[in-house]
Amino acid sequence: MHPLIQIENLWKIYQTGEIELAALKGVSLSISGGEFVAIMGPSGSGKSTMMHILGCLDRPTRGRYLLDGVDVGGLGPNDRAQIRNHKIGFVFQGFNLLHRTTAIENVELPILYDGLSGRERSAKAGEALERVGLGDRRYHYPNQLSGGQQQRVAIARALVMRPPLILADEPTGNLDTRTSIEIMALFQELNRDGITILVVTHEPDIARYAQRVINFRDGTIRSDQPVSHHADAREVLSKEPVESSKETEGETP
Amino acid sequence: MNVLMVFKIAGRALARNTMRSVLTMLGIIIGVGAVIAMVAVGQGAKAQIETQIASIGSNLLMVFPGSTTQGGVHAGSGSVTTLTEDDARAIQKELSSVRLAAPSLRNVAQVVSANQNWSTAVTGSTPEYFVVRDWSFESGGSFTQSDCDGATKVAVVGKTVSTNLFGSQDPIGQIIRIQNVPFKVIGLLAPKGQSAMGQDQDDTVIVPLSTLQKRIMGVTYVQAIMVSANSPEETVTAEGEIQRLLHQRHHIPPGQDDDFTVRNMTDIAAAAEASSQIMTLLLGSIASVSLIVGGIGIMNIMLVSVTERTREIGIRMAVGARSRDILLQFLVEAVVLSLAGGVLGVILGVVSSRIISAFVHWPTIISLSSILLASFFSAAIGVFFGLYPARRAASLDPIEALRYE
Repeated sequence: MHPLIQIENLWKIYQTGEIELAALKGVSLSISGGEFVAIMGPSGSGKSTMMHILGCLDRPTRGRYLLDGVDVGGLGPNDRAQIRNHKIGFVFQGFNLLHRTTAIENVELPILYDGLSGRERSAKAGEALERVGLGDRRYHYPNQLSGGQQQRVAIARALVMRPPLILADEPTGNLDTRTSIEIMALFQELNRDGITILVVTHEPDIARYAQRVINFRDGTIRSDQPVSHHADAREVLSKEPVESSKETEGETP
Repeated sequence: MNVLMVFKIAGRALARNTMRSVLTMLGIIIGVGAVIAMVAVGQGAKAQIETQIASIGSNLLMVFPGSTTQGGVHAGSGSVTTLTEDDARAIQKELSSVRLAAPSLRNVAQVVSANQNWSTAVTGSTPEYFVVRDWSFESGGSFTQSDCDGATKVAVVGKTVSTNLFGSQDPIGQIIRIQNVPFKVIGLLAPKGQSAMGQDQDDTVIVPLSTLQKRIMGVTYVQAIMVSANSPEETVTAEGEIQRLLHQRHHIPPGQDDDFTVRNMTDIAAAAEASSQIMTLLLGSIASVSLIVGGIGIMNIMLVSVTERTREIGIRMAVGARSRDILLQFLVEAVVLSLAGGVLGVILGVVSSRIISAFVHWPTIISLSSILLASFFSAAIGVFFGLYPARRAASLDPIEALRYE
């Protein structure tokens, strides 16, 4: 079986006037289906650039990127949009939900661009919301939901097209500790169902819920190791003090 | 993404900012409303001119005495007195394309009845005059040919004259004095209203031609001959025939100046129509300027909207929207804005032209074509002015858009 992500000697060079800046310097990487990977590194290490290329939001200057066996590095904008729609689910630090749009409509968004009929759309979106435990919040607006709930809606949106890959960029950056662990628990559940999960984070606490940690520095991979003390988020949660319950959960800044 | 969905999303986006959407639409509403109301006013004026011209008679030709040059001095039109009643009779009898010909002579005179007096135009003519001018009687009737032959002192009065001399009384049988000559009123003309030139056509007294010539003015000529052709199509033929006949009768050799001119009323009608057409065009184009200003308003707001919603665009792109989906979304928003404005503008235009009709007493005609044109133009303006902002939205880089604060 071919790996889900196969990257060979990937370069990304930004041209700012006369100055050339290499954000990625010949990165090679392979991630199999079903892995839970954390990408770490300080800012400017190239991890964000990596994320953008992996998410088909950007294209590499040189090198090959095979996603699910398809060379996506050379695709045009429309084809990349379709890959994003079908193969990748995005979760962002700031949730990036549409304001004044209900939870279910936010989740429906990717299906909209796939051209499904209204009934199928809301059925699928409803299912995805159930999956993240927000089946009773369909018609809530983002500003009526807590930060954790908003991130769950974002995860439901990432899930709804049943992509093989979910890319999460600092998904817990705006959340308090307990909610962060809850979100990681959700990711672990989804991972157990076979979805490959890639989390970009700078918090080692979050990275320990992954199975493999890749460290970036100066546009190259410095280390790529399996997590020795792999933590189960559910277990950690049960040991956490209950005081920071859902009611006191941090709102979005 | 299906079309219905695109419109639904656009509608929802606009509803989120109701106040702003309505203000943006206002430009188009006023523009479309103004175009419709102004064109309605113009069309109304045109229709009024047309009915007035029809009231003169569409197959009418006028023969006037021409100009003459005496000792190098060029006198104006009508300075010769060569036209006679016999010319009129000959035109009617000898020309196949002519139905009727009525000579006419006018004299402004003071008309007196009992203790009332009124200055008006006294016209002398033959009974054909009423037929040529398609003028019916409210009461009484016309004088006859024998009245003309005998220079009888009878008169037909217009509504304005009758009102001024007799009030609401029936003028038939009354005696009026024109320059101290007593006339018996035998007919009252049905009111005709204003002429195309703005004259009150009912301010007139008509008497037998010979009576006016002999008893009041002491002349033998006539000032004009009104000719009615058999049909509007035959006016051109009649014009040529009249010219040939009068050349013969007045012994004018070829190459010499005519001592008369023939004027075709259809030409006058065409000129009047053309001027009202120009007025409609002028009013319409001034109003269209506001339509363009409205379009610029839409463009402005759409540009603001694209900037404000950069992040939304980024999110949509991240979850799989193609550039053309984004383009379509913003374009449809602009079109929905301008179309909704167009519809409201049509309502405003119809209502305001009704108000103009009711209060200013200007006739207005709302044509379906101006409504369709205005609606089409408002949609076109939406596309035209929405395209640039929509393209700007569609060309955003998803990464930059997602980072936008």
